[in-house]
Order: sequence, then C-alpha cells, then structure tokens
Amino acid sequence: MFENLSERLSGVFDRLTKQGALNEEDVKTALREVRVALLEADVSLPVARDFIKKVQSEATGQAVTKSVTPGQQVVKIVHDALIATLQGDGDPGQLKIDNPPAPILMVGLQGSGKTTTTGKLAKRLKERDGKRVLMASLDVYRPAAMEQLAVLGKQLGVDTLPIVAGQKPVDIAKRAKQQASLGGYDVYMLDTAGRLHIDELLMQEVEDVRNVVEPRETLLVVDGLTGQVAVEVAQEFDDKIGVSGVVLTRMDGDGRGGAALSMRAVTGKPIRFVGMGEKMDALETFEPDRIAGRILGMGDIVALVEKA
Amino acid sequence: VGRLLGRKADEPRRVLDDDMLEQLEELLISSDMGVDTALRVTANMAEGRFGKRLSSSEIKNLLAAEIARIMENVAKPMPIYSKRPQVVLVVGVNGSGKTTTIGKLASQFKAAGKSVVIAAGDTFRAAAVEQLQVWGDRAGVPVLTAPEGSDPASLAFDALTKAQEDGADLLMIDTAGRLQNRSDLMEELAKIVRVIRKVDPTAPHNTLLVLDATTGQNALNQVDVFQKISDVSGLVMTKLDGTARGGVLVALADKFGLPIHAIGVGEQIDDLAPFDPQDFAAALTGLDKT
Ligand SMILES: Nc1nc2c(ncn2[C@@H]2O[C@H](COP(=O)(O)OP(=O)(O)OP(=O)(O)O)[C@@H](O)[C@H]2O)c(=O)[nH]1
Ligand SMILES: Nc1nc2c(ncn2[C@@H]2O[C@H](COP(=O)(O)OP(=O)(O)OP(=O)(O)O)[C@@H](O)[C@H]2O)c(=O)[nH]1
Ligand SMILES: [Mg+2]
Ligand SMILES: [Mg+2]
Repeated sequence: MFENLSERLSGVFDRLTKQGALNEEDVKTALREVRVALLEADVSLPVARDFIKKVQSEATGQAVTKSVTPGQQVVKIVHDALIATLQGDGDPGQLKIDNPPAPILMVGLQGSGKTTTTGKLAKRLKERDGKRVLMASLDVYRPAAMEQLAVLGKQLGVDTLPIVAGQKPVDIAKRAKQQASLGGYDVYMLDTAGRLHIDELLMQEVEDVRNVVEPRETLLVVDGLTGQVAVEVAQEFDDKIGVSGVVLTRMDGDGRGGAALSMRAVTGKPIRFVGMGEKMDALETFEPDRIAGRILGMGDIVALVEKA
Repeated sequence: VGRLLGRKADEPRRVLDDDMLEQLEELLISSDMGVDTALRVTANMAEGRFGKRLSSSEIKNLLAAEIARIMENVAKPMPIYSKRPQVVLVVGVNGSGKTTTIGKLASQFKAAGKSVVIAAGDTFRAAAVEQLQVWGDRAGVPVLTAPEGSDPASLAFDALTKAQEDGADLLMIDTAGRLQNRSDLMEELAKIVRVIRKVDPTAPHNTLLVLDATTGQNALNQVDVFQKISDVSGLVMTKLDGTARGGVLVALADKFGLPIHAIGVGEQIDDLAPFDPQDFAAALTGLDKT
C-alpha cells in the first residue's frame, strides 16, 4: 500500500531526456519526487527544502554516466548528499570518557528509550572498553522508572546507585558523582526522566543537573520513528542543555528514519548510536550510508549507478 | 462554517492561488499529515474558492473546518457493552504510552462506577509490572500479575477467568510494546487474542492501539499491521501535550476510519481527554481559538 520512491520515479525517469549532461528541467522533475520521498520518510519540511535546493545546484550540468538514466543519476547524487549531511566528524562510537569518573547525561522526550539505551551503553562500555560503570536514575516521576534501571543493572552486572526515596534529581546527581569518585568508577551515567522540550520546569531541572555534574557527553535519545517535530526537539534540548550527540532508537522498526537527517542538518550534532531492539546488545554505532539508504528507499538504483 | 468565518475587518486579504495552496499544504505536512492527505485536504478546502480573496484567519478557519469534517466521523468514546467482563486489550509499539493510558482509563471507569481489573501482560520489559502496579494503586484497581518472562497469553487467560469469577465489569490487559515489523512478537500478540477467545469467544471487546503523537508516517504502518493481527477497534493518541500536532491522525481517519477514543495530554492520571475534532483541527492549523 505504500509506494516507494523507486516506483514513484520509474514513471518520471521515462520522461526525462537522455542526453549527456543533466539539464535543469530533468533535475527539477526528479527532485520533485525526491522531495516527496524525503517528506514521507519524515524528513522535516525546511530540511527537505534546503536539501533539495542544494542538490539542485550540485546536480545541474553534471555528466550522466552512459548506462544510466538522468533520473537514476539524480538519485545517486541525492544519496551521496544524504550521506555527506549525515556523516559527522570522527568516530561516532568514541565517547569522551577520559578523566574518570566521566559523567554521561541521557536526555530526551518521554518513552524515547533513555533507560534502555543507558543500559545498552553501560554494557558496551563495560565489555568493549573494560570500564567500570555506575548508573543512576534521576527519574523521580515515572512509576517504577528507578526500578527499571536497577533491574537492567542487575541483568548486566553493572552497579546502580542505591535508590533513596524522596531525593531530588539534582541531589541524586550529586550523590552519583560522589559515589563515582569514591568508588573508583570510570564512568557514571545519569538516566533522566522523559520531558517535553517545552516543559520549562523540567528543562530547568536538567539544566541544574548539568551544572552540577558537567557531563562529558550529553546524549539526546530520540525515537527513530519521530516525525516533523524532531528538529524542534533537538534544537530545544541543544539550546537549553547542550547536546553532544544523538542516539536514534527503534531503528529495528520499519520507520524510514528521516528524523536523523533533520536533526543532523539543523543542529549539526553527530548521531552516535542506533538502537536496534529491546535487548541490551541491540546497539550499533551509527553508519550514515545505511540510514541514507533507508531514508531514500532506493538502494537498488544507487547500486546500479555505482556499478555503471 | 459561517460561524467559523467570523472575519476580522482589518485583516489583509490574499488571493487563494497556487502559491497560497502550497503554503497551506506545507502547514499540514509539518503537522505530520503526510503529503497525499495534505494535498487532498487543501484541494477540498479550495474547491469553489480558487482565485477568491481571503484573509489568513478565514483561510485557517476553512482549513480547520475541512479537517474537523473528516475527523467528526471518527471521534467516538470507547464503547461500553453490557457484556461482563468487557475485555479491553491495549496494544502498540514500544514506549507509546500503553501502560500510562491504562492507568488513566482505569481511573475514569472506576470513577464512573465500574469494577475494573487490570492484567499486567507486559512480562518482558524490566519493571513493567511494577509500573502498572503503581497505576493500579493510583486508580484504586487491582492488578493481576505473572512473573517476568512468563507467557503473556497464559496470564491473559488466567486474568479473564478470574475477572469472570469476580464478576468484574472491565478487564484491561496491558501488553509489551512491540514493533509491527517483528513478526515473532506480532504472533505472540495474535496468540494472546486466541487464548482470550477460548475463555470468551466475543473477547476482546475493544482492542485499543496506542499511538504516540511524535511519531511520523510510520503510524500508518502501525495501524495497518496491528489491525491485521489484533483487530484494532479504536485508537488513542498520547503526548499531544507536546508540540507534535498529530496530523497523521487525519491520514489515518482517511485510510482506516478507525474511531479515535481519547487523547493523552500529560503524565498525570487525569491527563486523558476525549478526542474533540474542532479542538484538534484548531490546534493543527494553528488557529487562534479565542
Ligand atoms: N524495538 C525497540 N525498542 C526499544 C528500543 N529502545 C528502547 N526500546 C523500548 O522502548 C520502550 C521505552 O524505553 P525506555 O528505555 O523505558 O524509554 P525512556 O526514554 O527511558 O522512557 P521514560 O523514562 O518513560 O521517558 C521500552 O519498551 C523499550 O524496551 C529499540 O532500539 N528498539
Ligand atoms: N507528555 C506525555 N507523556 C506521556 C503521555 N502518555 C504517556 N506518557 C509518558 O510516556 C512514557 C511511556 O509511557 P508508558 O505508558 O510507559 O508507555 P508504554 O507504551 O507502556 O511503554 P512500553 O511498555 O515500554 O512499550 C512515560 O514516561 C509516560 O509517562 C502523554 O499523554 N503525555
Ligand atoms: Mg526512563
Ligand atoms: Mg508498558
């Protein structure tokens, strides 16, 4: 029931002229369909618009490889431009965790996957990097949120800060910092309650936490299925508390992941990890080409042009 | 519409032309309505008005009226049947707000004088049972549980048997979050439904799919697949207290026509409201409600 871009474009391609270089009209025609594909992949509207404009000027006049059509050529150009935008500098999997104990602050909207990702990252740090990790839940609001992290800690063999009923998030953060120093931990991870980017009280609260611990990394955890609101969320979190990277969850679903492009294009923050399931080992380092392929949904055409 | 068209005399007018239509489409797309539905809605709204001079509040009113018209058909509270216990199965992808919505609904039904029982069918996620137990306490409703890792279908079976014995009015069954493309987990859900039907062939009487308003176009796939697997009878959209406007509901109304029972507007127990097409349309188009 959902037409993909390949199907959409196949009709358009046939109408394009088959000359040596991409003329402006060809590019425009193909990009109209690409724009729709980006929007259907949940790329935010202003980002899709800017992106199309950029590709339009890049593509016009480019030589077309003999064995492919101009439409296919445009798709390949779009694909490469997507990767270029998504790609951050440096290794996304390399967290700043020198100067022990290094605090990592996890933030995001309600239900985005913060607690699960906290567990996954702790496991990764422990097993891949041999770090001693302490996890602490600052979620004093959601029922059983602290228990959830404690259960994960037990499953993973990662310590969690003992729960003290009635303590405020900032005080829990201070206690975590102290315990991390005294206990000789390399990293301490602060899982926070889900909050709306427009909730001033709760945004202030996490700002206070940030000021207390001065995190080495502040990771914004975003649902990979997020729609047009992704940009606003990322911008607000970054403006108010400063984000050092993004984790995209639920990419094991069949969402197209356009939020990744939106957030990256607007905030310039690197996407670090991708959540690929509910289990503690379902975390992967971000790979721009894989997400680019998903957003565009035209792996077949890209492969064709690459071979030509 | 005449009432909605209360025009402000001093407002500048603009011709309803292609440029204007494109701007309106974009307004709708940025609410997650999706391209196709946005095109259709603006086209319907423009019919017979193309080339006319309208003020921006008139245009927004017309657009809101068109959306409200589509949504009117699907705005329906969750039906209550005479069947006891009425079984309400709650399904959806991970983190959409199923457990919280059950707590809110249980509280509402309790306040309406119903005897309610909740079954903690998420036997998978860490502390999911404890979370639901807190909601049960808040709502003043008992929560039936099974150990972590046990079969949710057998819990559903036991819970329904017990609810029958106890003569409860309503049994609400929470389920673990699952992405609709995970066929193994969808089969687990299908099994829950099959097992419930062994006890009562007419159950579940309501299957509520809980959607997160921040979700984009994937909500269409979610409804499509959950409906196939578990006979979804109605939708609840959560997190409309954020800035996501839930435009995908319009596309869903268009494609599936499933009733929308309620919306989640916060994390507190009273933060569940009926779905109001006029309010929804006004918020979606950015219409000033005053
Ligand atoms: N399929 C899938 N599910 C995920 C992923 N990450 C998290 N989840 C699930 O999403 C749901 C919510 O995850 P949590 O970690 O509790 O989310 P949170 O952001 O801590 O939620 P709050 O604390 O309530 O704001 C749970 O059911 C998780 O198992 C992922 O990458 N894939
Ligand atoms: N702002 C807001 N938050 C909500 C709303 N409904 C639920 N939440 C929050 O969203 C998060 C996830 O809610 P849950 O009820 O745990 O979601 P779930 O679908 O049961 O999650 P899983 O069982 O892990 O799949 C929690 O932090 C809730 O407090 C709502 O209407 N508005
Ligand atoms: Mg959490
Ligand atoms: Mg739940």
